[in-house]
Amino acid sequence: MPRTPATDPAAHPRTTPHEGGPGRARAGDVALRVDGLVKRYAGTAVVDGLSLVARRGAITAVLGPNGAGKTTTVECCEGLRSPDGGSVEVLGLDPLADAAALRPRVGVMLQDGGLPTGVRALEMLEHVARMYADPRDVGELAERLGLGSFARTTVRRLSGGQRQRLALAVAVVGRPELVFLDEPSAGMDPQSRRAVWELVTELRADGVGVVLTTHLMDEAEALADDVVIVDRGKVIAQGSVRELVTDGGGADGREHEQTLRLEAAPGLPADLLPGLELRERAPGQYVTKGVVEPATLVALTEALAARDVLASRVSVGRRTLEDVFLDLTGRNLR
Amino acid sequence: MSSPAATTPGVGAPHAGPAPAWRRVAAQAAFETRAILRNGEQILVTVLLPLFLLIGLDRVHAVELDTSGASRIDFLTPGVLAVAVMSTAFTSQAIATAFDRRNGVLRLMATTPLGRGGLLAGKVLGVLAVEVVQAVVLVVVALVLGWHPHAAGIPLAVVAALLGTAAFTALALLVAGTLRAEGVLALANLLLVVLIVAGGVLVPPAHLAGWWSHVAALLPSGALGDAMRGALLDGSIPVGPVLVLLAWTVVLGWATRRWFRWQ
Repeated sequence: MPRTPATDPAAHPRTTPHEGGPGRARAGDVALRVDGLVKRYAGTAVVDGLSLVARRGAITAVLGPNGAGKTTTVECCEGLRSPDGGSVEVLGLDPLADAAALRPRVGVMLQDGGLPTGVRALEMLEHVARMYADPRDVGELAERLGLGSFARTTVRRLSGGQRQRLALAVAVVGRPELVFLDEPSAGMDPQSRRAVWELVTELRADGVGVVLTTHLMDEAEALADDVVIVDRGKVIAQGSVRELVTDGGGADGREHEQTLRLEAAPGLPADLLPGLELRERAPGQYVTKGVVEPATLVALTEALAARDVLASRVSVGRRTLEDVFLDLTGRNLR
Repeated sequence: MSSPAATTPGVGAPHAGPAPAWRRVAAQAAFETRAILRNGEQILVTVLLPLFLLIGLDRVHAVELDTSGASRIDFLTPGVLAVAVMSTAFTSQAIATAFDRRNGVLRLMATTPLGRGGLLAGKVLGVLAVEVVQAVVLVVVALVLGWHPHAAGIPLAVVAALLGTAAFTALALLVAGTLRAEGVLALANLLLVVLIVAGGVLVPPAHLAGWWSHVAALLPSGALGDAMRGALLDGSIPVGPVLVLLAWTVVLGWATRRWFRWQ
């Protein structure tokens, strides 16, 4: 089973507050600790007792549908909102009380970009770089993210994906110890997305803690070391992708439970297969869990053939994060 | 720490640290100044409008002006300089800040080492830098048109301009931090026009009709106009307008602290 929030936090060594320079911090140290965070807007709790931990040198994905409270959570960590309850510790410090000390050490990419519309792309990056003592080389960073083709274009005329890439460059130019990326690949074409993923992976290798929010399962699956699934302001599951999608099965999955997914004509009976209950999640989309053997697939195709039904897709294997989310909430992630 | 010859892995290795505060604020001030001076609409309001008023009202005598014995250009220039202060500290700054706020720029810059305080300081310095540009242009043109300012009043005029800048910047931030960007765009331009026509800035409050003359004297525009005229026509600033500008700065500054929303 996925770990519940309550059982997780102590898994990793904790940095002591005011521990100091990046030289002493090690990958795996806790970079962010959110404990019982509550944030209300007009009396409604958007974040409702949320707890999570993110490590240095690791990518933590906060995954959830739109409106789950991801952005609000991240904004509380960035010192942009004050929590109504619970606590947030960023690099061992308080994001509001210690804001001045944290600002140089934490990079931020906002969901709405936060880029002034009248300036040229490269000019904006150079401007933010001036805020730091030892920023990354602007030219190198621009090249890494393919900003060169629109370096002299004003932000106003950039496409969504170009703005996102610029905003990411702005977030990492100060060589932060921890970066918050709010939906970093939203509105991006596949090439941009790949460039962003590569950069994020490199940051991890360099020991940077990365916290990203996303509603894209494949992004979380491809990038994240740790996934925190959030819904309605609460953490409903967290762990590594592997922990989340493994349903307690053995390595080859033979002798334990498997998930079988089937796409075919709607209206098939639940007892199509002996010993397995076939659930129709959506019209024509079935799923069942249990011991799936080679013979099970033979039985399935025979049962379908007897009804003159053609399966358009059959798959057996581990669950996806979408399955985890569905199992926990009964709702689709997107 | 990091080797200068770092290859690709490691270029993003954490080496966080802020630039010195003065460099951050100076960079922001230069950034804000460039943004205003490069924007056509902002140039129109901050430079061309005051220039048009100066030359137009001096050359075209169709508009009756009671100059109380002073030459037309001597009488006009202080008021036009006051208009220049209003256009930059209020109209231009309100619009720029409102759109920065809507686009999340204020929030983003607040997460960089610049912070909110640095952002504000950069904005104020940016306003002052644009005012220097305006003053140079307007003073040169006024001198060409035969302006003879009261020499002793020039430092006083600078003080008056600073007081006006404080009051109008506070007003700019108040509207920019509380209203929608489109609303600010309309209000900031409209209010500038209304104050130019009836706010006692070009025409002294005392010359306005009836009870309105008393109201105009209490407006920041009327007070700034009177302070500038006092300094540059007579070489002294009357106490009343100074107190009015200080009061507006305190009240508007307080209201801005109270109601300004960063997002």
